[in-house]
Amino acid sequence: MADRTRQAFEKAKAQGRIALAPFVTVGYPSPAATPGIVKAIVEAGADVVELGVPFSDPLAEGPTIQKSSFAALEQGVTPQVCIDIAAGLRRDGVKTPFIFMGYYNPVLAFGMERFCDRAAAAGVDGLIVADLPPEEAGPLTDIADRRGLIVVPLLALTSTDERIALGCRRAGGFVYCVSVLGVTGARTAMSERVRGLAGKVRAHTALPVGVGFGISKPQHVADVAMFADGAIVGSALIDAISAGPESGAAERAGAFIRSLASGTKRIGASK
Amino acid sequence: MTTTPLQPVRRSVPDEHGRFGKYGGQYVPETLMAALDELTRAYAALSGDKTFWEELAGLQKNYVGRPTSVYFAENLTRKLGGARIYIKREDLAHTGAHKINNALGQALLTKRLGKKRVIAETGAGQHGVATATVCAMLGMECVVYMGEHDIQRQAPNVYRMKLLGAEVRPVLSGSRTLKDAINEAIRDWVTNVETTHYLIGSVVGPHPYPMMVRDFQSVIGREARQQIIEQAGRLPDYAVACVGGGSNAIGLFSGFVDDKNVGLIGVEAAGEGLHGKHAATLTKGRPGVLHGALSYLLQDEWGQVQEAHSISAGLDYPGVGPEHSYLKDLERAQYVSVTDAEALEGFDLLTRSEGIIPALEPSHALAHIARIAPQMKKDQVILLLLSGRGDKDLNTIAKARGIELQ
Repeated sequence: MADRTRQAFEKAKAQGRIALAPFVTVGYPSPAATPGIVKAIVEAGADVVELGVPFSDPLAEGPTIQKSSFAALEQGVTPQVCIDIAAGLRRDGVKTPFIFMGYYNPVLAFGMERFCDRAAAAGVDGLIVADLPPEEAGPLTDIADRRGLIVVPLLALTSTDERIALGCRRAGGFVYCVSVLGVTGARTAMSERVRGLAGKVRAHTALPVGVGFGISKPQHVADVAMFADGAIVGSALIDAISAGPESGAAERAGAFIRSLASGTKRIGASK
Repeated sequence: MTTTPLQPVRRSVPDEHGRFGKYGGQYVPETLMAALDELTRAYAALSGDKTFWEELAGLQKNYVGRPTSVYFAENLTRKLGGARIYIKREDLAHTGAHKINNALGQALLTKRLGKKRVIAETGAGQHGVATATVCAMLGMECVVYMGEHDIQRQAPNVYRMKLLGAEVRPVLSGSRTLKDAINEAIRDWVTNVETTHYLIGSVVGPHPYPMMVRDFQSVIGREARQQIIEQAGRLPDYAVACVGGGSNAIGLFSGFVDDKNVGLIGVEAAGEGLHGKHAATLTKGRPGVLHGALSYLLQDEWGQVQEAHSISAGLDYPGVGPEHSYLKDLERAQYVSVTDAEALEGFDLLTRSEGIIPALEPSHALAHIARIAPQMKKDQVILLLLSGRGDKDLNTIAKARGIELQ
C-alpha cells in the first residue's frame, strides 16, 4: 500500500517547503469540537494530522498536553471514540494522512489486532507510540504492517548511531526527531542539537525527517526548514485552541497553523 | 555464625531484555533508552567489582545498622495461638525502613556513573527520606517528587527530607499520589538525563530497575534465611510481606524462592474493600504497561490507569513490580489482600502485644498473619517482614480514629 504520509512530505518538498504536521488531542476541548478543528487546520495547510489518543499517564507530555488529555478522558474519549472521529472525518471528505499518537497501554487493552483493524478501516494511516522504543515495538509493528499502517519511530538527542539504525529499520512515513531533552511543550528557542540528529538520521534512511517538541512560532518552523522536511507542532496549537471559547476553537486553530505556514519555505534543506 | 554473602545471588530472571517471563521490559520514551543502556552496563560491571560490594557492605553495617535482627514474637505467637511468629526488623534500619538498602546501593552506583544529581519519587516518604539521607551523606543534589495528597498525610517525612537538604516538589496531576510522582520524576529524568540519576524506590519501572532494586533489597532475604535457621532451627513455612510496588517483599522472597517448601505470601492493600477503592493490583488487576514495564495493573476496560486507594501511602499504587506478576502466574507466590480497617487492627496487634509500632504498610501483613497463624500448628513457623516503623503514620492513625494531634 502506498505510504500516503511519506507522499505528503514529498509533495511539500516538491512545492519548495517543509511539511506541517500539527497534533491535536482528540476530544479536546470536546469530542464535538474535534472534527471542526481538524478541518480548519487541514484548510490552513496541515500536510499530516496527528490525532492524540488520550491516556491517563502521559509521561512524555508537558502540562499543556497533559491537561488536554485529562479533559478529553473526563468527557469519555476512548480509543474507539478516536477511531469513530477519524472515520467521520474521512466520510466528510478529509483526505490528509492521519497518524494516531498515544501510549501503548490503551492499544494493548483494546487488543493490538482489533485496534489496528479498526484504525485502518477508519482510514487512519499510521501510529506513533511515545513509550514504545524499537526494542518493544516489534509485535505492534508486525500487526500494523499487515493492515498497511505505518509506525513512525521517535528518535532522540540521546540516541546513539546504533539506536538510530534500529529505529529506522522498520520506519514508515517519516522519522520523528525529538528536538529537546524533555517533554512536549512550547519553548522559546529551538535547540541546536537536533540539526545534528537529523543529519545522522539521514545517513540511515531515505525517509523524510520531521522535527517536533517545543515548536511554537513561525521562526521555529523556519529554523527547522534549514535542515529537516517537516515540523510537528502540538502544545502551542493546543494553547491556541484553549485561548478562548470553544465556539472559536477551530478558527483559532486554523489561524495559528496559517501563521506557522509562513515559516515553511525551504531554505537549505539537504537532498 | 556464618556470614551473609556480600553480593546478590545471580538469578535466572530477568533475561537480558529485562523480562520476567512475559513481564517487565523497557516501555519508555526513546530519550531514556541510552540512559537505561548505560545503567544496565554499569550495573552489570558491578558484578565483578569487589570493591563496590565491600564499600556497600561496610556502609550497610556501620551506617544502616545491618544486619537487622530477627525477633521471636512470643507474645504475639501466644495471642494468636498457632504458628511461631518471627519478625525481620527492617524498622530498625537507619531511617526506619527497608528503603535505605536500595537507596544506598543506587547512590553508590550513581557516584560511579559520575552523576551528581539524584531524583526520586516517594509515596509514604520513606524512600524520599532514604534517598535524601544517602544524598546528604554522599554530597549529591537531591530532588524528591511527591504527590500533594501524600505530602498532606506524611508531613513528618516531608520535613525530614527538607532537613536533610532535599528539595521536595509537590505533584498536582492525576490522583496526586505515588503514580503521579513517578510520572513527574520520569519527566524530570527525560529533561535532565545526561546529568541525573533516577533513583527509583521500588522494583518497578523499566529494566534494569526491577532487577537492580531487587538485588539491593535481597540483603533482607539473605540475612533472614540465616537468622531464621539459627533461631528457629528450620526454614519458615511462610514468608510474609506487604506489597505495594513490592520491593520489601521481593527482597525477602529472594532469600527463599529456591526453597520450594517455603510459602511466599504477598499482602496487598484492599483499601475500602475489593469492590470499592483499593490498591490490590495482583488480586484484581490485569496485565498492562505503566511506568516502563508490563505487569499487573489496575486499569479500566480502555487501558486507562485507575486510581488506587490505601490508608497507607506506601501501598497506594495501581501497578506492581513485574517479578511479582511472574511469581503470581507461576503460582510460586500467593497474593492476598487486607482492608484499611483490618490493617489498623494489625497495627494494634503488634503495638500492644510486642511494644513495636509498625508502619501501616506492614500492618497489612500483620493482619494477614492474624488470619493464618491460628490455623497453623504450634511447631510451624511464619517469618514476617516488618518493612518499617510507624512513627510517620501517627497522624493518619489518629485521624482514622477521629483524634486530632497537635
